[in-house]
Amino acid sequence: MNITLRVWRQKSRHETGHFEEYEAHDLNPNMSFLEMLDVVNEQLTKAGKQPIAFDHDCREGICGMCSCVINGEPHGPENKVATCQTYLRSFKDGDTITVEPFRAAGFPLVKDLVVDRSAFDRIMQAGGFISVNTGNAPDANAIPVGKEIADQAMDAAQCIGCGACVAACKNASAMLFVAAKVSHLNLLPQGQPEKSKRALAMVNQMDEEGFGACTVTGSCEAVCPKGISLSFISKLNRDYLGAMLFR
Amino acid sequence: MKLNSQIPGGPLAQKWTNYKDHIKLVNPANKRKYDVIIVGTGLAGGSAAATLAELGYNVKSFCIQDSPRRAHSVAAQGGINAAKNYQNDGDSVFRLFYDTIKGGDFRAREANVHRLAEVSANIIDQCAAQGVPFAREYGGTLTNRSFGGAQVSRTFYARGQTGQQLLLGCYSAMCRQIGAGTIKMYPRTEMLDLVIVNGQAKGIVTRNLVTGKIESHSADAVVLATGGYGNAYYLSTYGRGSNATAIWRAHKKGASFANPCFTQIHPTCIPVSGDYQSKLTLMSESLRNDGRVWVPKKKGDKRAPGEIPEDERDYYLERKYPAYGNLAPRDISSRAAKQVCDEGRGVGESGLGVYLDFGDAINRLGRKVVEERYGNLFDMYHEITHENAYEQPMRIFPAIHYTMGGLWVDYNLMSNLPGLFVIGEANFSDHGANRLGASALMQGLADGYFVLPYTIANYLATQKPGSRPKADTAEFKAAEKDVADRLNKLLGIRGKKTITEFHKQLGKILWEHCGMARNKAGLEQALKLIPTLRDEFWNNVNVPGEGGDLNQSLERAGRVADYLELGELIVTDALARDESCGCHLREEHQTPEGECQRNDAEYAYAAAWEFTGVGAKPNLHKEPLVYESVQLAERSYK
Repeated sequence: MNITLRVWRQKSRHETGHFEEYEAHDLNPNMSFLEMLDVVNEQLTKAGKQPIAFDHDCREGICGMCSCVINGEPHGPENKVATCQTYLRSFKDGDTITVEPFRAAGFPLVKDLVVDRSAFDRIMQAGGFISVNTGNAPDANAIPVGKEIADQAMDAAQCIGCGACVAACKNASAMLFVAAKVSHLNLLPQGQPEKSKRALAMVNQMDEEGFGACTVTGSCEAVCPKGISLSFISKLNRDYLGAMLFR
Repeated sequence: MKLNSQIPGGPLAQKWTNYKDHIKLVNPANKRKYDVIIVGTGLAGGSAAATLAELGYNVKSFCIQDSPRRAHSVAAQGGINAAKNYQNDGDSVFRLFYDTIKGGDFRAREANVHRLAEVSANIIDQCAAQGVPFAREYGGTLTNRSFGGAQVSRTFYARGQTGQQLLLGCYSAMCRQIGAGTIKMYPRTEMLDLVIVNGQAKGIVTRNLVTGKIESHSADAVVLATGGYGNAYYLSTYGRGSNATAIWRAHKKGASFANPCFTQIHPTCIPVSGDYQSKLTLMSESLRNDGRVWVPKKKGDKRAPGEIPEDERDYYLERKYPAYGNLAPRDISSRAAKQVCDEGRGVGESGLGVYLDFGDAINRLGRKVVEERYGNLFDMYHEITHENAYEQPMRIFPAIHYTMGGLWVDYNLMSNLPGLFVIGEANFSDHGANRLGASALMQGLADGYFVLPYTIANYLATQKPGSRPKADTAEFKAAEKDVADRLNKLLGIRGKKTITEFHKQLGKILWEHCGMARNKAGLEQALKLIPTLRDEFWNNVNVPGEGGDLNQSLERAGRVADYLELGELIVTDALARDESCGCHLREEHQTPEGECQRNDAEYAYAAAWEFTGVGAKPNLHKEPLVYESVQLAERSYK
């Protein structure tokens, strides 16, 4: 199949960006989207041009490194998959595909399709942990965790930290990311001692990083490659409100 | 050079305890006077960084990804072994130790493996306390599953994302320390050289991957936790960024490289679908419990699988290994798949694949049961291949998955270069010639949480606080210049071939001649092909762009240049080890059934190679593997 790509090119955040068009021919529908970018980059290199910079690593949907907005949708057209698990069979022969970086004030651009998501790390540093030094732990079975609670915590813990929720949100809010981590830890008995402090600190850091407010439109849940549920935002709001009232 | 494994005295089960009772300590007030560099933030590096920082050391942590949460440990699916015996099924530290030694075909160091089994239980405690959402029983206790090479249920798991959850545990522990200022984190930063001062590892030279800036960092000790080198083969189940550069540069600075030819090839991966393919994805080995492996009897039979009648199918594993059938060991299964494909009977577009058929299982058990057992794997297979494995057989093929070899370390996990520690997959010590499933996560976390934090003190206590060099001494300046010269050289070639073309060519040579089966003639041929390819690379590679900004081509070029040297060492080691063991099948040494024929009299050693120059023959140093507590036996699972 043949595809026309319109790709955002921007040398650095200090320079203006623009779209460039590339033709990719004789593609196999079983190719992944990123493998198509590999092929285009080989062509560009051979033609003496600069290849497209894009983030990727595991290419099996779990590391959260890949990003890209494909035809207006973070991680492309398929539900519950990351860009790296998007295959060309999701497109038609002759399609024109527009590829852009995640755009959000909290994710400054680095180059082409690469953005800086270190704000997520700083939110985690504010409270996304249980304070237990190595060697302090009691026997693992000394803290029973009911299966339902463990399963819910796992549902939240699956977040891969890719940032698609932010890219999809009209307010560029990071609520789903923060809600997933707060819920994962606050649901578990191990997370109770720091529950309130965690909710406050992580939300405050999110605000400081320039992410917008949440109006619960649900666009984040719709694009999340792991299907993290909007209900975790309700849980975060409860924990946050409780922490505000009783601090 | 003399290798001293520093194995403590005393009976095997007491060695670690005795060692801990007598090693040197660093007092709490002095710990903050030491800087430790840790390169890599996977399970080994992340757990080490968090733990050393908790203890009071100043940690500088480096990773090439945009965040420490992305290291490829994240992709491990199955689980983590620990000798908890929660199932009351007879597990013990000794059994985990013995299974691991036997699984490694008696080519691992006994004392290290026993220590690994001893600390395994603490890992589960630590991770549970951090909030890792392990699978639970309804009563709230932890549950287990079984894995290959063991007769007990000792594998802990978090759905099919155990690696991710364990890594996020380490990462959150790191985040706490970064927030507290005890870890200084350097993301998107690549180590490009190791700096030796007065014979000891005292720092690294890095490149900031966003700005291109070359910088030096000094420390009292350097820890490498940069994972394995399987990407030398181009196609693998590794992350695309996983690379050997840190350990290879350390090797060139004098650290010995042990057992480089021990590379694990996993039998059940989704096959290559075209030459654009960038990586391979593993399908859990558990599928072979109910799936039947077959290929057509006729060469070049292009009919759809459903159109091939039963009597024209060759269920070759059941035919060749009637006792084990489809559950033949990993190395045997991988090699048998290669053989039928070499005969021209492989399936799929490329002819490099075999069928894993669930038709019989669905008839016998019903689709619902198969769905319950393997549903998530069938979904994943569908996502990648767009084929429905309930209706047509899966296609699978072996792929490079893990490297047991790595930098040589002693019992302290210190290389032969004083001050240079190597942990996790980057070292060679625990898995011998073959790693068992669910043991990689165990080793990474054991090294980082519970071994290195003790052993590194034994070294640091010999270093006067405040005695580390500044990062601007002649040694650092010289290393910076080497790094810059090399990058400029790569950028200046402006040849005709792309980096990927060279990498694919190297991968093909290694896969063909040093893959699932190896022989003298093939290895000797590879030893001619690789240096020629390397020369061509340095004359004809095209590395676009500049050094002063984000340049992913330049990053890859440096890594491929290193693989072109490392590849030669992998083959050299495979040629020198004139026996078969574990993953390393030399065709000259196999039983009539195709099993490995070990030669314990001559090869019961770890082969530690000393670098003598690019293209020059490396020196081989042998660390004899002395078994005090186990009998060397034929590795049979019959």
